[in-house]
Amino acid sequence: MAVDINKIDEIISSHERSEESLLSILQSFQRELNYVPEEGIKRLSESFGVPESRIFAMATFYKALSLVPRGRHTIKVCMGTACHLKGGGLILEAIERELGVERSGTTKDMRFSLETVNCVGACAMAPVVVVDNEYHGHASPSNVHNILKKYE
Amino acid sequence: MGAISSFSDLDRYREKISSSTIEDIPRVLICFGTGCQANGSVKVAEEFERIIKDKGLKIGVDVGLKSTGCHGYCENGPLVAIKPKDILYLRVKPKDVAEIVEKSIEGDDVVERLLYKDVNTKEVIEKYQSIPFYKHQQRIALRNIGEIDPTSIDDYILRGGYSALVKALQMEPGEVVSEIEKSGLRGRGGGGFPAGRKWSSCRNTDGDVRYVICNGDEGDPGAFMDRSTMEGDPHSIIEGMIIGAYAIGSNHGYIYVRDEYPLAIKNLQTAIDSAREMGFLGRNILGTDFDFDIKISRGGGAFVCGESSALMRSIEGKVGEPRAKYIRSVEKGLYDKPTVLNNVETWANVPVIIKNGAEWYSQFGTENSKGTKVFSLVGKVNNTGLVEVPMGITIRELVYDIGGGIPKGKKFKAVQTGGPSGGCIPESLIDLQIDFDSLTEAGSMMGSGGIIVMDEDTCMVDVAKYFISFLVEESCGKCTPCREGLRRMLEILTDITEGRGKEGDIELLEELCDVLKWGALCGLGTSAANPVLTTIRYFRDEYEAHIRDKKCPAGVCQALITYRIDPEKCTGCMVCARKCPQQCISGEKRMPHTIDTERCIRCGICKEVCPFDAVIVE
Repeated sequence: MAVDINKIDEIISSHERSEESLLSILQSFQRELNYVPEEGIKRLSESFGVPESRIFAMATFYKALSLVPRGRHTIKVCMGTACHLKGGGLILEAIERELGVERSGTTKDMRFSLETVNCVGACAMAPVVVVDNEYHGHASPSNVHNILKKYE
Repeated sequence: MGAISSFSDLDRYREKISSSTIEDIPRVLICFGTGCQANGSVKVAEEFERIIKDKGLKIGVDVGLKSTGCHGYCENGPLVAIKPKDILYLRVKPKDVAEIVEKSIEGDDVVERLLYKDVNTKEVIEKYQSIPFYKHQQRIALRNIGEIDPTSIDDYILRGGYSALVKALQMEPGEVVSEIEKSGLRGRGGGGFPAGRKWSSCRNTDGDVRYVICNGDEGDPGAFMDRSTMEGDPHSIIEGMIIGAYAIGSNHGYIYVRDEYPLAIKNLQTAIDSAREMGFLGRNILGTDFDFDIKISRGGGAFVCGESSALMRSIEGKVGEPRAKYIRSVEKGLYDKPTVLNNVETWANVPVIIKNGAEWYSQFGTENSKGTKVFSLVGKVNNTGLVEVPMGITIRELVYDIGGGIPKGKKFKAVQTGGPSGGCIPESLIDLQIDFDSLTEAGSMMGSGGIIVMDEDTCMVDVAKYFISFLVEESCGKCTPCREGLRRMLEILTDITEGRGKEGDIELLEELCDVLKWGALCGLGTSAANPVLTTIRYFRDEYEAHIRDKKCPAGVCQALITYRIDPEKCTGCMVCARKCPQQCISGEKRMPHTIDTERCIRCGICKEVCPFDAVIVE
């Protein structure tokens, strides 16, 4: 996949030139490019004078960042305590079966990336599955298919 | 300098907006918390707007319409409150809106089917203050949530907002600190360290630059009170921080918000911008020589960043690894400068304490835990959501009086408090008064206030395994006891839950817990043993059943259970057979079916879809 250097530079220059901005620039990469590209780390390192290794360390430390492109839609299965008690694990397994990918994987057609998240703070609706930014409460293994079918 | 440039300006401004206020006309308050939005509250709001306009009524003149923060009773969303009558409607759908407008806004009636109905007594209740879920609450930190539009600074000011700041700015900074000290306010983030003492140590440390930080990295699974406050009443946090900054002599503040809370970030940013426009933030606040501003720093999805020293590294644009505790952040915090870090709920309490005085605040709560605490009551309980109650309430009152008991008549087994750093408290301690110290004594901790109710269908070994696997993933890997110890514990717990447990495993777990407790670097590691220790302490027999009899008494651990169909109950409707992903359920139509246990993957779908409750787990 070709990386858009202009876009990378645009993201970098739209932030304040302070080390405090590093995490939020990486998040903008993730949001706008769907991942943190190697080229992005290089440009950021040059422009801020921070070693690439340090930026790489951040990109691998923070869960919200990914070094490989994510699918068009991100599924987050909540694994918070309330969701766990109400069968969140069974829902994750059902989605894995439905899509044929494992946790942290992306489907071959780039339609979905499957992730788990430690609590989305919507415990009253447990178990919860979040697709992109849409919350699906009271999920169950048997309605997984219905939840996912509208995302193309 | 902003629109309000002196103390008296605020009163004048409040008077001005209150003359154009909509407090006297009928008002519709629609919950826009994450839970209600997920249940469709945005569509409900649009429908209200459409119908009100269709009727030729003017919004803001004839009828007030407001989207508010979380009302707390998320289980029953979308929630719609009608003021000033105080009617609360639950589970409102767009098709109900016309009837609500007709009956409760134009008319003087209620739509009975949308009112609260007690699951046990079947009683229908109209007023929201009379619903058991709200009746026992004492809302201080949550005082404005659900009442105001969080994106409107005017709403906050109308409810007395920013007058605590005016009061504080007329006090000596030292007086503000001692007021907080006297109130007995302890940090709501988990540890319960006295907030006033923290402020005073920071104030007394030499330094030219000081920072205040709000920890909004609410990571404990099962806790969402801080999300609700950031989304629903952001100004209370901002006002608290300005007061804190004035008290300790700081000009820079940060709010660190977790990545998973986009709405909180949005509402906080809006609030900061309007506070700056008004002159509550920026240079020469309210005409004084005090300058202060706040920046939002967005987290990256790492649980350990809720630990204060890791959080500060993360703000600095580094990997969020904690450091050893002997360096105190009140002396060397952010950028090694003296820093006060408190969590969202703590900051939200500050303005009320300054406004009403320390004495007023300390009338609530217990001897050593003053005030109220917001709990998120979730799990196997009828009424789930956010509740704020005085410290010292018993577990029984929380679970039964407010929570309405356990669904489906199941038996109460335990509550889990304190997230991954806390533990499980058994039924024998159900009358325990909840405060910082009693929970620690019982082997758990307050944490941020998640109360997860567990019933007889919960396996306590599985719960311990759940938390340890959570912590294995979230351990930053810096110190050995946490990085390696947790992994070994997870291996042992996995063996136990999969039928490979052996004698001596429990003792080995206890030993590893001990090492963690004494050897780990930060709070994440030192408290990581609690979920295992408490479950062993109170539910040892369950561990033994897994190890000796290879049985999971609660029917949870997949390797130790089998699914079977009760031929007495099965009607042969074939729903399970059609849904089974393994196609391992067979039988003739209208005849009892059977499950091929060899091929069964224990996905639970047959049990979920069976309309006759005929699937048994053993």
